[in-house]
Amino acid sequence: MPRFLAKVTVFALLALPLAWLASNIAREVAAPGSALGAEPGEAVVHELGTWGLRTLLVTLLISSVARVARKPRLIQFRRMAGLWAFAYVVLHFTAYLGLLAGFHLDTILGDFIKRPYITMGLAAVLMLIPLAITSTRGWQRRLGRRWRQLHRLVYPAALAAWIHLLWLSKVSYLDAVIYGTLLAVLFGERIVDAVRRSRRRPAAARASGA
Amino acid sequence: MLIKAPAPRDVRPSEITPETVYRSRRRFMAQALAGGAGIAAGSALALPSSWLEGRELAPAAAIGEETTPERLATEYNNFYEFGTDKDDPVSHAHEMSIDPWTVEVSGEVARPGKVGIEDLLAGIDLEERIYRLRCVEAWSMVIPWIGFPMKKLIERFEPTANAKYVEFQTLYRPDEMRGQRGFFTSIDFPYVEGLRLDEAYHPLAIFAVGMYGKLLPNQNGAPLRIVVPWKYGFKSIKSIVSIRLTEREPRTTWNVSAPHEYGFYANVNPMVDHPRWSQATERRLPSSLFSPNRIDTRMFNGYDEVASLYSGMDLRLLY
Repeated sequence: MPRFLAKVTVFALLALPLAWLASNIAREVAAPGSALGAEPGEAVVHELGTWGLRTLLVTLLISSVARVARKPRLIQFRRMAGLWAFAYVVLHFTAYLGLLAGFHLDTILGDFIKRPYITMGLAAVLMLIPLAITSTRGWQRRLGRRWRQLHRLVYPAALAAWIHLLWLSKVSYLDAVIYGTLLAVLFGERIVDAVRRSRRRPAAARASGA
Repeated sequence: MLIKAPAPRDVRPSEITPETVYRSRRRFMAQALAGGAGIAAGSALALPSSWLEGRELAPAAAIGEETTPERLATEYNNFYEFGTDKDDPVSHAHEMSIDPWTVEVSGEVARPGKVGIEDLLAGIDLEERIYRLRCVEAWSMVIPWIGFPMKKLIERFEPTANAKYVEFQTLYRPDEMRGQRGFFTSIDFPYVEGLRLDEAYHPLAIFAVGMYGKLLPNQNGAPLRIVVPWKYGFKSIKSIVSIRLTEREPRTTWNVSAPHEYGFYANVNPMVDHPRWSQATERRLPSSLFSPNRIDTRMFNGYDEVASLYSGMDLRLLY
């Protein structure tokens, strides 16, 4: 597949959940109660959050598959996936601010301070912001080696997103277990990879980092 | 309770039995009794779908709040025995067989026993009650129930002087209740709930057998549930198979699962937050996309008449 077509396909796949949700929102607006259940605001926030976490995991998965399957060209899709993850997370956060908290400042600040799962979600959003900003080639060049170091923030961000899910789960931990297992596998692959590389490299090279 | 005619715009006619129907039911009853038919306390152990027909139903007091659409109240449920999503119960509760249905009454009673549901309810007068339902998850509905005061039934079994609490249990039948087969749930089945006996004897506490003028759908707790409107919804246990009078406070399911989040009493209280969210307000369903329809939560869910049950208790500690 030509490179351009491949990118368009991946873009469309990542946009699909948003398109689906948008069509449900349009139906809901046209006929309240028809498309999003009894608590449409909650449904929208939940859906966006779910896809934020999923696309973030896809982003991490791309690097892992590229390494394990020795297909380095897959990396070309990583930025797009990461930016989609950021888009879902920002929409999720905005939907929470508007549809659930009604842009009510007291409620929002109270939630940030008193509800640990919301604090954790906020932390994930904040960590993803610098990554989205510095995702361009220009920033990559400007930051050089520090770009890689900065972008390791994706790991604590993903972890915070997962804890956010775990802490808001009331009774069924199935989702948290599934996503947690995936995350553990992706983190594990990176640890194995790092150990393997440091063994292969002489001590001098190791000192120069990453 | 004051009996007022509901304003037509508050409550849809389909949700409240109109007066003419009560009258015709009463006539029917009178005729049936005159004819020597009476209410058949037959040998069948399930409630036939026609069970409600021809029964006299004392009308409900209007509460001046809009009744939740029936579809919503029967399709948006927490009944973890059928799954944890709100639409799981309506999808899967039909797998539960409620025919026959037996309730075991045991513990501190002079007359324990296992009774078929139809015998259990024989000769009990039914009433309609329109109650607010406040879920601990901070959403609420207004539902017209059909039932009767709990005291009426419990007294038949003659609780002893030692009876201080009443413990209820939901049916446990994993092959018909898929939620009971799950691995990653933090709660244990069978579901257990309980009340202090004086709470159960409060006139507002009812056993319900129907809602919206019909028998209860399975997902709402057929064929027998309780409704305790001043407590969070999880106290109002569904599909009851056991009523046990006890001397000690029952170990209730949510309280055992997360004691710092769910107390035994679980009275609706806007001043005591759930550790993960505020209880000061609630979303009155249905909410719309751009408005959560948030209203203030009231102490005891607005049922101030129960306050005397808790005089002298620190409700911040005994939440």
